[in-house]
Amino acid sequence: MTPLLDLPTLWAFVIAFAVFAYVVMDGFDLGIGILFPFFEPGPERDSAMNSVAPVWDGNETWLVLGGGGLMATFPLAYAIILPALYAPIIAMVLALIFRGVAFEFRWRDPGHRRYWDVAFTTGSIVATLAQGITLGALLQGIVVEGRSYAGGWWDWLTPFSLLVGVSLVIGYALLGATWLVMKTEGAVQNHSFRLAGKLALGLIACIGLVSAATPFLSGAYYERWFAWPQVLFTAQVPLLVGLCSGALLVSVVRRWEYWPFLLTLGLFALCLLGLGVSMFPYVVPNAVTIHQAAAPPASLQFMLVGASVLIPIILAYTGYSYWVFRGKTGHEGYH
Amino acid sequence: MFDQFDALLLARFQFAFTVSFHFIFPSFSIGLASYLAVLEGLWLWTGREVYLNLFKYWLKIFALAFAMGVVSGIVMSYQFGTNWSVFSDKAGPIIGPLMAYEVMTAFFLEAGFLGIMLFGMGRVGRKLHFAATLAVAVGTFISAFWILSANSWMQTPVGYAVNEAGQFVPQDWWAIIFNPSFPYRLVHTVMAAYLTTALVVGGVGAWHLLRERTNKGARVMFSMAMGMISVVAPLQILAGDMHGLNTLEHQPAKVMAMEGHFKSHPDGAPLILFGIPDQEAGTVRNAIEIPKASSLILKHDLDAPLNGLDTVDRANWPYVPVVFWSFRIMVGLGFAMLGLGMLGLWARFRGRLYDWRPLHWLALAMGPAGFVAVIAGWVTTEVGRQPFTVYGLLKTAASASPLEAPAVAASLLTFIVVYFIVFGAGTGYILKLMGKAPHPGETGPEAGRDPIRTAGITPAPAVSPARTLGAEA
Repeated sequence: MTPLLDLPTLWAFVIAFAVFAYVVMDGFDLGIGILFPFFEPGPERDSAMNSVAPVWDGNETWLVLGGGGLMATFPLAYAIILPALYAPIIAMVLALIFRGVAFEFRWRDPGHRRYWDVAFTTGSIVATLAQGITLGALLQGIVVEGRSYAGGWWDWLTPFSLLVGVSLVIGYALLGATWLVMKTEGAVQNHSFRLAGKLALGLIACIGLVSAATPFLSGAYYERWFAWPQVLFTAQVPLLVGLCSGALLVSVVRRWEYWPFLLTLGLFALCLLGLGVSMFPYVVPNAVTIHQAAAPPASLQFMLVGASVLIPIILAYTGYSYWVFRGKTGHEGYH
Repeated sequence: MFDQFDALLLARFQFAFTVSFHFIFPSFSIGLASYLAVLEGLWLWTGREVYLNLFKYWLKIFALAFAMGVVSGIVMSYQFGTNWSVFSDKAGPIIGPLMAYEVMTAFFLEAGFLGIMLFGMGRVGRKLHFAATLAVAVGTFISAFWILSANSWMQTPVGYAVNEAGQFVPQDWWAIIFNPSFPYRLVHTVMAAYLTTALVVGGVGAWHLLRERTNKGARVMFSMAMGMISVVAPLQILAGDMHGLNTLEHQPAKVMAMEGHFKSHPDGAPLILFGIPDQEAGTVRNAIEIPKASSLILKHDLDAPLNGLDTVDRANWPYVPVVFWSFRIMVGLGFAMLGLGMLGLWARFRGRLYDWRPLHWLALAMGPAGFVAVIAGWVTTEVGRQPFTVYGLLKTAASASPLEAPAVAASLLTFIVVYFIVFGAGTGYILKLMGKAPHPGETGPEAGRDPIRTAGITPAPAVSPARTLGAEA
């Protein structure tokens, strides 16, 4: 007899929110890194980077909250998932190092700017791929014995996890392209519209493939999606994905400036919802539930006090910071 | 069995390596953020151009140091899970919330206002920009508060219970946050950050004074830095002494290792100045000692008895040689800093602060001393806490992830290569910036102008150029 919304469930939503906030914000700036080679060195690249330079650091902080928050709220899950995904996690943090310093270094060292641009792109792609692989590997299941990971060191590497990894690269690239559509004009904007069209088609195909594969990863997923009468609710998710996809393509073709980005975010939100349908109430699929992994109530309550006050404040000043840097970005004069 | 030990050792080395690298940046950016706030505040208050120029000069350096601190910090936040998963499972309910509070109260604050601080000069008014600088400075301080609280709890754990799964369960958050060693550690570390920054600023100022005695910016930064050192260095030695007494009370084995006391001294312990600790034999060879001075320092009584490591189970000994030497490096540098500060005062009273070249050379040589002292201090406290992650309760050997040695070895090697490339380049860029003399009309890392045309959600803010910080004549 558990109440509908107890502490662990509430915290699962908060962590899911942090993950989504991370995807919303760092997604587009990682995407700009992924798309960097498609832009001409010089003004095009400079204005692409200028559009995120003042905010990327704040964006990435959501990743720290996601990781730190998971350790604080579901320490057992943190202790199982991170060793299981050792290689992709290490690859991700190393890639983020290269990408993060490129923001500063490329301006400081024009002689080696080409190399820091390569570091920016490679870092963005590897970090995204690693995040996607992490998600895919989590979804396909992790071997658990007692309170720790008991599988091999390459278990995460499967066609499915790679598919999710590539999908996320395409997805972030689309976020990046649609962000640039909003934040730039002229040649960069035209270029971004063209990229957005192709990437949108790619992402829709990927969502289709991942969605088709997921229910067959385990019987439990199949149950959750197709059991009667639940299917009446779960079927809404793919329906909405279809509507959202159609609207996205229309918005790109008609060259609307804001809708492509918002609709791409809509697609990401629906994918997260789909992920929730597949996994809930597990945090390590079919092995550890959120209630088994949850930290003691004293920890969850202590953080809830802070989170309920601080997260709205954070969102407020983050919004303010975006507001200060609103409008189209120029390519001159940074640094 | 051997494999397990190997992976553990590699994981420890990886942690030590990544933390040492990371720690350099916050210990610089905590002090520098405050210094920037002071400079901007002085500029707003006095209207003197030189403060604005110095602000912009150091802001460029801050931007680089901060970026490197952020990226090396992300590594730390995930390393608990990848390499120390058993620790994460067991201590997560206590350490996790403290770190989550650090993220929510400090990281977001710093990151959120950093953009405005770096690029917002042409976009917000002076006061708002100053508020952003203050927010970043306060953020670095709050960050130090939480991270030191978490670290101190691991050194002096209180306010917990242990549940059937072996997890530490919080009982009293107030006791956990303000655990017995926390106040000392916080004061000692924050002052170390201020000293480190003052030494760097002083070193840079000295370098430019040596080349161009009349440079106004160099004079101001040298004077401010020397003033800071002369005030903070003696306070730091006092705080260090108090911290030591606190450690003696709560982690006696650490102090025994710092002092090199393998044997107990029932009637007054000598202060071992130098010597070669021999862990196996349990003795310090070739020791140069001052009789009874250790008892005097630690107990304020020449004849007070002091216990040695012979009263501690040998399995719980920290590795003495490392602790013994890192402690001497830290203390030695601390006294050298005190000396520099006193010489600076003397030169100031004689009116020779800007033309006494030996002082400038000394300040230049001492420029990096803060970093060395900070790392040495960190090694002293962390190696001295071994063999435990949570002191007296959870052994380091029982904290590690179930990893195979090759996996840890491969990641360690990658970390070393990446860190040397990235942070080597970054340090090079910082030194290049420091090599240029501060001059009127510094640009800072600012956007400079507003976008050419401000289409978009709203038009650009109508801030008149005269009101903005970034406006250039």
